[in-house]
Amino acid sequence: MILLILRRLLGFALTLLAVSAAVFFVMNVLPGDPAIVILGIEATEDARAALRAQLGLNDPAIWRYLAWLGGAVQGDFGVSYSFKVPVAELIAERLPMTLALAGLATVMTVALALALGVYAASHHGRAGDWAVMAFSQLGIAVPAFWLSMLLVILFAVTLRWLPPGGFPGWDDPLAALRALIMPATALALVQTAVLARVTRSAMLEVMRQTYVRTATATGLGPARVMWRHALPNALVPIVTIIGMQVANLVTGTIVIENVFYLPGLGRLVFQAISNRDLIVVQAMVTLFAAIVVSANFIVDLAYLWIDPRLRPRS
Amino acid sequence: MRVQANLMIGATLVAVVLGTAALSLVWTPHEATRIAVALKFQPPSWAHPLGTDQLGRDVVSQLMLGARTSMTIALVAVLLGGGIGTALGLLAAAVGGWVDEVVMRLADFSFAFPALLFAIMLAAVFGPSLANAVIAIAFINVPVFARVARAAAAQVWTRGYVLAAQSAGRGRLAITRDHVIPNVLAPVTVQLTIEFAVAILAEAALSYLGLGAQPPTPSWGRMLSEAQTLLYLAPQLAIWPGLCIMVAVMGFNLLGDGVRDLSDPMLRRTR
Repeated sequence: MILLILRRLLGFALTLLAVSAAVFFVMNVLPGDPAIVILGIEATEDARAALRAQLGLNDPAIWRYLAWLGGAVQGDFGVSYSFKVPVAELIAERLPMTLALAGLATVMTVALALALGVYAASHHGRAGDWAVMAFSQLGIAVPAFWLSMLLVILFAVTLRWLPPGGFPGWDDPLAALRALIMPATALALVQTAVLARVTRSAMLEVMRQTYVRTATATGLGPARVMWRHALPNALVPIVTIIGMQVANLVTGTIVIENVFYLPGLGRLVFQAISNRDLIVVQAMVTLFAAIVVSANFIVDLAYLWIDPRLRPRS
Repeated sequence: MRVQANLMIGATLVAVVLGTAALSLVWTPHEATRIAVALKFQPPSWAHPLGTDQLGRDVVSQLMLGARTSMTIALVAVLLGGGIGTALGLLAAAVGGWVDEVVMRLADFSFAFPALLFAIMLAAVFGPSLANAVIAIAFINVPVFARVARAAAAQVWTRGYVLAAQSAGRGRLAITRDHVIPNVLAPVTVQLTIEFAVAILAEAALSYLGLGAQPPTPSWGRMLSEAQTLLYLAPQLAIWPGLCIMVAVMGFNLLGDGVRDLSDPMLRRTR
């Protein structure tokens, strides 16, 4: 068991290494001269030479990569070219906002999707099932940023209940929550559409098993049978999809922060692109990709916990 | 019964979207990109069925050209990524061994980069463009198709008739061409339809963020980003492009589901 976890851990570390190398290659080697990307073609040769020296671009690419990697594992991603502060500082300032948004959206997604999926499965073939499936089909086809705009039109423009965007800071938690509720809902509804559908079909599969029939036959109520006996056995496909949705969640927060002008990591990436701040973009893309890889790693380990049959026999 | 409904609705929606995109090649009610500020924010009328935008451009004409942009990008990106991915999957199944291992590990690894992250990297280095959006969307399709094609092909390679062909002295290439590809086409086609829907969503998001279609190319995503600044003034402009995206994506999803159910009756029970 420990050996298996260690092997997974090694694979995880190698994937992270490959991800960082790939990002470094695309951003530092493909463009030829990063100094031209950052300063533009109209800059003088002197200015470019100075920047090359400052960024250490005169060293071979492999040395630059190792130096960057060495710094990154210690939390040092270099100094932003446009903000003139360490990238780590920029990230630390904006991370709480992004984490709060992603966390709130995930909690809403899981709660809503499990409820809808279990409800649809237990009403299989009836009107409630059809309604959940129709909602799911609709939700899969709607872009989160458009849903956000519809929510703004309804709750900010027409009803004036919620602010249309911006973030007041954490000093007033209630105001912060009010600013996050629409973005999180937009993210969650789109993710719920997929997860509810998977929950429903996983539950239908499990409900055909004899132990579910036995549980019902012993006189347990339908709610107890569904939530206590059926759902835990349907968790493997559900957790798989939750893990895969982390990639969508990362992408989603980047988009949604731009819709609602929230000062998180997603906004930072776009500011960095328009400032041609390669150092910041490189750190951010590596960070986001590392989050996706870590989520998959955690899901891999979660299987062992959820389903003892997947553990190796000692 | 359900299968028929999926297929029929999906095919109808897809036909409408593709038809509109094709029609826009020869006819639009107005010139979509013509600016006429005097006609800005017109309400719906016979001349402009969905009104005009902040620059007096006809909304219907722009939506029609948006359909063309969306379909073209999705088609090029999915065929490009799907072609490369399918070829890699067939290769992995035919050769096996370390080639198989390398292709599959590369596929695992590229899942770390959603299309948006890849597009962000390309935009930071080369500047935002529609070509970068196509490359980013094609890139995420490669591992998807590599897996689908490899899984289907690996099954074919275990069949008796392949063994017979091998013992008759036929090479891997000939077997792949004559026996494997015909059996891989069905799952790959289903995947193509589903990935088409994913590509439409990705193109819309990238164009919305300014990483895809650049002005003056009309695009549903870009129309939405322009409408966003006018939500208080003209909320209706934010409705139509989103509806178009939804209809197109739903059409391809339903069509994909329908084709899959048709090709695999075993799946019907639980879906």
